Amino acid sequence: MSRFYSSSVGRKVFMALSGFFLLFFLLQHFLINFLSVFNKQAFNDASDFMGTNPFVQYALQPVLFFGIIYHLIMGMYLDAKNKGARSVKYAKNNAAANASWMSRNMIITGVMILLFICLHMVDFFFPTIKAHYITHEHLDSYEMVVAKFANPVYVLIYVVAFVFLALHLLHGFQSAFQSVGFNNRKYTPAIKKLGNIYAIAVPVGYMFIAVFHYINSL
Amino acid sequence: MNLTLKIWRQKNSQAEGQMVEYKVTDISEHMSFLEMMDVLNEQLVNKGEEPVAFDHDCREGICGMCSMFINGEAHGPDRGVTTCQLHMRMFNDGDTIYIEPFRAKAFPVIKDLVVDRTAFERIQQAGGYISVNTSGNTQDANATLISKEDADLSMDAATCIGCGACVATCKNASAMLFVGAKVSQYALLPQGQIEASERVQNMVKQMDEEGFGNCTNTGACEVECPKGISLENIARMNRELIKASV
Repeated sequence: MSRFYSSSVGRKVFMALSGFFLLFFLLQHFLINFLSVFNKQAFNDASDFMGTNPFVQYALQPVLFFGIIYHLIMGMYLDAKNKGARSVKYAKNNAAANASWMSRNMIITGVMILLFICLHMVDFFFPTIKAHYITHEHLDSYEMVVAKFANPVYVLIYVVAFVFLALHLLHGFQSAFQSVGFNNRKYTPAIKKLGNIYAIAVPVGYMFIAVFHYINSL
Repeated sequence: MNLTLKIWRQKNSQAEGQMVEYKVTDISEHMSFLEMMDVLNEQLVNKGEEPVAFDHDCREGICGMCSMFINGEAHGPDRGVTTCQLHMRMFNDGDTIYIEPFRAKAFPVIKDLVVDRTAFERIQQAGGYISVNTSGNTQDANATLISKEDADLSMDAATCIGCGACVATCKNASAMLFVGAKVSQYALLPQGQIEASERVQNMVKQMDEEGFGNCTNTGACEVECPKGISLENIARMNRELIKASV
């Protein structure tokens, strides 16, 4: 197993597995956030549940952090290793002739997503952790969201970040299936279509939440 | 047609190389790219200059020797062809054409456009074989039944000529399309099952040791492969390695 893990194929498989977990996380995070558009109480209840439930806090949350950090570090490590596999660059390289921009620039879109995650943690995650575990005060998640998105600069940053997320997912979704060896003539076209739908719908949904609260605040 | 060529010139594997500009005139659009290179070399020899070194052998798209990264693409702008099958009609009069060797740390330049692709041979030696009876009890090849679908997929994988276009075009200089094809051609057949587990593990290990990059599924290799080897072969290799490792 250690031989598998240290092989190029093994690392790809684990990148894909962490990617699958992050895809699942993105969807559930979106569904909870989307509640804020319809129902303040439902959103607050769901946020409180996620913030206080021991299974979520002590089992899922550590796995999530591990998944993000693993995906990030392994992504950067593999990118550095891949760059080293061609020491002399081509004088002329028509890369767009045979591969999409998204597939060639996963490291750029990935780093932009990382910067966004850092900002997002400062905005929402750390205040929530502080309220739950340090000051022990009740936090109104809905009011926190509304206050943040009243600022148009914030909304713009979030919208741009989700464009990068969409670009990352347009390649990442179907790529993860290929990496774990799932590629066949019957299902792969459907997986690619589903990946495109997911990669557009989920980030656009997140953008909608930010824009909705901004318009609501006017 | 008259063309300007910018060609990578490098005396030997140790020397520093550089792009050098040449002019060629009266090139017929019916010539193959290698014939155009022959015209250039004849011109250089007549002038007493060193001709451009490039690999070639069969000149009919089978041997996989002719490499060349032409105008930013392995084997040039046409699809499903090697450089010897690339016609000059793909270019226009007055064009400037960049001609470079296949670039990868695992494919060091020997001279000009010639690269050392023996890394592929070492990968093949690590597992690209099967066990057969040879000492007087050879079996009829048709005694083992194989489904048409598997036979076709195996044959498709076996059409890989090991030219290295997949490595040259991959942004990560990954050899996974080549190794995927070589693993698949045996993995799909009953005769390949005896060494299946060791084969994929040893070939992937050798591939990693040679210094090829990691596949990021851009699909560029599949587009540039002169034999149309599919990404399905990489997925099959991944499945084979997972199966062999758990």
